[in-house]
Amino acid sequence: MAKRFTLNNPDKEKRQFQRRAIISVIIVLALVAAVIFRLEYLQIQQHARYTNLSQKNQQTVLPLAPTRGLIYDRNGVLLASNTPVFSLELIPHRVEDLKKTIAELQTMITISDEDIEAFHKQLNQRHRYDAIPLKIKLNQEEVARFYVNQSRFPGVVIRAQLIRTYPYADAMVDVLGFVGRINERDLMHVNMTNYGATNYIGKVGIEKFYEDELHGITGYEWVETDAGGRTMRVLQNEPPIAGKDMYLTIDSGLQLEAKKALGNEQGAIVAIQPQTGEVLAMVSNPTYDPNLFVNGMPSTIYTQLRNDPSQPLFNRAIRGQYPLASTIKPFLALGGLITKTTTPEFRIKDPGYVKLYNHTYRDWRKGGHGIVNLNRAIVISCDTYFYLLAMRMGITRMGTILRQFGFGEDTGLDIGEELPGLIPSPKWKKRKMGQSWYLGDTLISGIGQGYMLTTPIQLAVATTGLANRGARYQPHLLKKTISAKGTQTSTKPTTLSPVVASKKNWGEIIRGMHGVMTHGTGRKFGFPKQYTVAGKTGTGQVFSTHGVKVDTKNLPKHLRDHSMFIAFAPVDNPKIAIAVVVEHSPGTATKIARDVIDYWLIREKHL
Amino acid sequence: MKLEQNPWFSIVTKPEQINQQTLWQKMHVDVPLLFGITLLTAIGLIILYSAGGKDMHFLMRQVGRFALAYGIMFGLAQVPPSSFYRWAPWIFGFGTIMLIAVLIIGDIGKGAQRWLDIGIIRFQPSEILKVAIPMFIAWFLHDKVLPPSFSVILICAAIIGVPVLLTAKQPDLGTALMLAFTGISVLFLSGFSWRLMILMAAAIGGVLPLVWSHMHDYQRQRVLTFLNPERDPLGAGYHIIQSKIAIGSGGTFGKGWLNGTQSHLHFLPEHATDFIFAVAGEEFGIIGACIILAVYLFIVLRGMYIAIRAQDTFTRLLAGGISLTFFFSIFVNIGMVIGILPVVGLPLPLISYGGTSMLTVMASFGILMSIQTHRKLVSK
Repeated sequence: MAKRFTLNNPDKEKRQFQRRAIISVIIVLALVAAVIFRLEYLQIQQHARYTNLSQKNQQTVLPLAPTRGLIYDRNGVLLASNTPVFSLELIPHRVEDLKKTIAELQTMITISDEDIEAFHKQLNQRHRYDAIPLKIKLNQEEVARFYVNQSRFPGVVIRAQLIRTYPYADAMVDVLGFVGRINERDLMHVNMTNYGATNYIGKVGIEKFYEDELHGITGYEWVETDAGGRTMRVLQNEPPIAGKDMYLTIDSGLQLEAKKALGNEQGAIVAIQPQTGEVLAMVSNPTYDPNLFVNGMPSTIYTQLRNDPSQPLFNRAIRGQYPLASTIKPFLALGGLITKTTTPEFRIKDPGYVKLYNHTYRDWRKGGHGIVNLNRAIVISCDTYFYLLAMRMGITRMGTILRQFGFGEDTGLDIGEELPGLIPSPKWKKRKMGQSWYLGDTLISGIGQGYMLTTPIQLAVATTGLANRGARYQPHLLKKTISAKGTQTSTKPTTLSPVVASKKNWGEIIRGMHGVMTHGTGRKFGFPKQYTVAGKTGTGQVFSTHGVKVDTKNLPKHLRDHSMFIAFAPVDNPKIAIAVVVEHSPGTATKIARDVIDYWLIREKHL
Repeated sequence: MKLEQNPWFSIVTKPEQINQQTLWQKMHVDVPLLFGITLLTAIGLIILYSAGGKDMHFLMRQVGRFALAYGIMFGLAQVPPSSFYRWAPWIFGFGTIMLIAVLIIGDIGKGAQRWLDIGIIRFQPSEILKVAIPMFIAWFLHDKVLPPSFSVILICAAIIGVPVLLTAKQPDLGTALMLAFTGISVLFLSGFSWRLMILMAAAIGGVLPLVWSHMHDYQRQRVLTFLNPERDPLGAGYHIIQSKIAIGSGGTFGKGWLNGTQSHLHFLPEHATDFIFAVAGEEFGIIGACIILAVYLFIVLRGMYIAIRAQDTFTRLLAGGISLTFFFSIFVNIGMVIGILPVVGLPLPLISYGGTSMLTVMASFGILMSIQTHRKLVSK
């Protein structure tokens, strides 16, 4: 038996193999049949279903970005525009000889080695069907030259894109803000479906505040696409509706003048038309070029902007909080008259200081001003008078009058982002510092120092209240909008609760402020022939000397006092109210204001 | 009954032609096989032109590979089977060493170590084993009594097991299964008893849970996604869903050459390589798909015929193993594309774009031709 198994039997083995081969073939045929059955199921039975799915694959609804509304100043000067940027792009799949094509393009368009290097880098990473940019930002001439020769370059296209540009660059940024690339955080605050095609969104300023109006309504396009989302054919479309064009209350000429007047100083200027609340100019200095933010900038430049000690990114006009300093005096004086804690006739003999317990509160002038009544107290900015007035009024009544002028809360300017300033109260001090309110706190509040803070916009708005003899309007930047269909909507002045005082009391305050300019602390303004002006100067202490005046010229720049100035002109029919704050540069604000007011009243003939 | 007298086979080749030395036979070319391969090559290039996005440059690279592959096929056809018999252990040994080399110094390609860069070309050693395993098993069984005894089968299992495990470790489960099937098919043809086969199948079934626990995450994902592609329509299941959409939307006659939206608009991934059959199904419909299947079947049957007509155990088993391996790789690919088998990432032989697998397939056809044309003249 065993021997039988060790012998090969070729015939038997061959037959065995044949049987197995035939079984294999049967299995093969069965599997092929299974495949064919499956194909029949997919391609015949389920054909309709898969055809439907295949079409769904190809058809997509594409959102179409609306054109962002333009922004103009009050005279129709363009402040924010959409500039078409042309880029030269190659679709490698459709270009036969890349090297030759690029060489030929170079004869018409300047293409740098860096451009070519960047192109080749992208070429390796992207799909052959994608358009890859060869050069971004062609000039008009290059675009024209390419179009003339277009037929010679299959697979080369020029793509137009609208990019926000700010022709006034840094001069308008504190009003306009800027748009930047949309990010996840932005998307949380907007209607996602309306932003499907939008790349840019207002980040700060007017661009942010009026984002909804400027943006417009996204359109839709039903298209046939490939898996990469590239459009092959348009089937149906619903065009987008462009955003509204905006006309601001800003006068670009005045704005530029204000910026020029500030020069290299750090500070802010806000000018308002008193009868309407229209903001004519709003400048913070130094500033930055918003165009840098539109498409992003190298991080080195951004770091530089951020770390600059002069804080160019900081909008001082609405966020800079400064002590009111002596600009508080006309407001307090009116409060004193209203509350009858003083009268025009009430006089003091100023020794140059007030002694309270063991502390001496000094006047800015050593030896004092002699006999001082209310009018003289405003004209020469007598600190002693206002220490005493503050004591008589008390912090609560002081707060009441200041709040009536709008101090201590944001003005509601249509830009947002404002800081509220501060009117301190005993309650506030207890909560914030856990300390009791002292009479000394009241005293120094009387000359606008201590805890009291305001912003340039607040100060300007309060000045319009003085200019209007109590009538107040909410400040605003938007004058009118024009929709894509041509519908105009103008902003109506919003009346705020007025400051009520007798004509006689108003007259007393304004006479004082006029005196400041004619024979008081505001003489640096000069004496314009064409118009009258009422104003008040101030010196905001940065470095606390506890009431002891020191010669600020010897202090390092960053410890020097702020120079403040408020004014309106002409006195009897005010056309402009202004607040100027110049940081660390005492005594400069008055002259700066002169340039701005002269420009508005004389150069632009608003007298 | 002599096979030549079997009317079933006489349809393909007339008995009187067998001992006639035609010009083709002197050149060691098997005409029906060459006809099938050439037809398939032509069909493959037509589909590839469409799948590759009408890119002539892309197509010419495939034509270049074919030129090399045809050269290898004709070259190997000149080698007498006795030489293959002598080389068999060396080829197997070489292939296995290369697999080990890949594991040690292999490049990382597609997250797995499959490729070996030997200066001029990068190639997959596991491809060599698709030919080396049937060759070595056939060599081993050549002088054994058939049907093989249990101990012989155990030795064969060990021979197959080494390269299979090495490949699975790369990890390339698809190719590992292919190699296992290659060896098993030779054993099956050698007369492996049914009883033992069932026993071993049961044993493997028992081991499966253990295999599952040792699988890589991506392999498990593929199996799970295969069972229910809709569970991950944008991730792992995307391939299968898009492939089914392509084939299903092709219908009876297809969307027409160059008109397949699924592939041209890039919805179908890897449409020039692993999923090229879906392109064929989309553009040429069920008619086109069946024609391709018919050509494949013709080649497989011709291979089986060559095996049956072969004159000794070695060539019989080798030819049979080669033919069944070829069929299995077609079935695994098409089964994957039409959604009846898992996505294992194996190309469709002679149609998919790409290198090494085409070379081994054509080399194995060269061996088939050699077996068919180096026949000892035997009297009836």
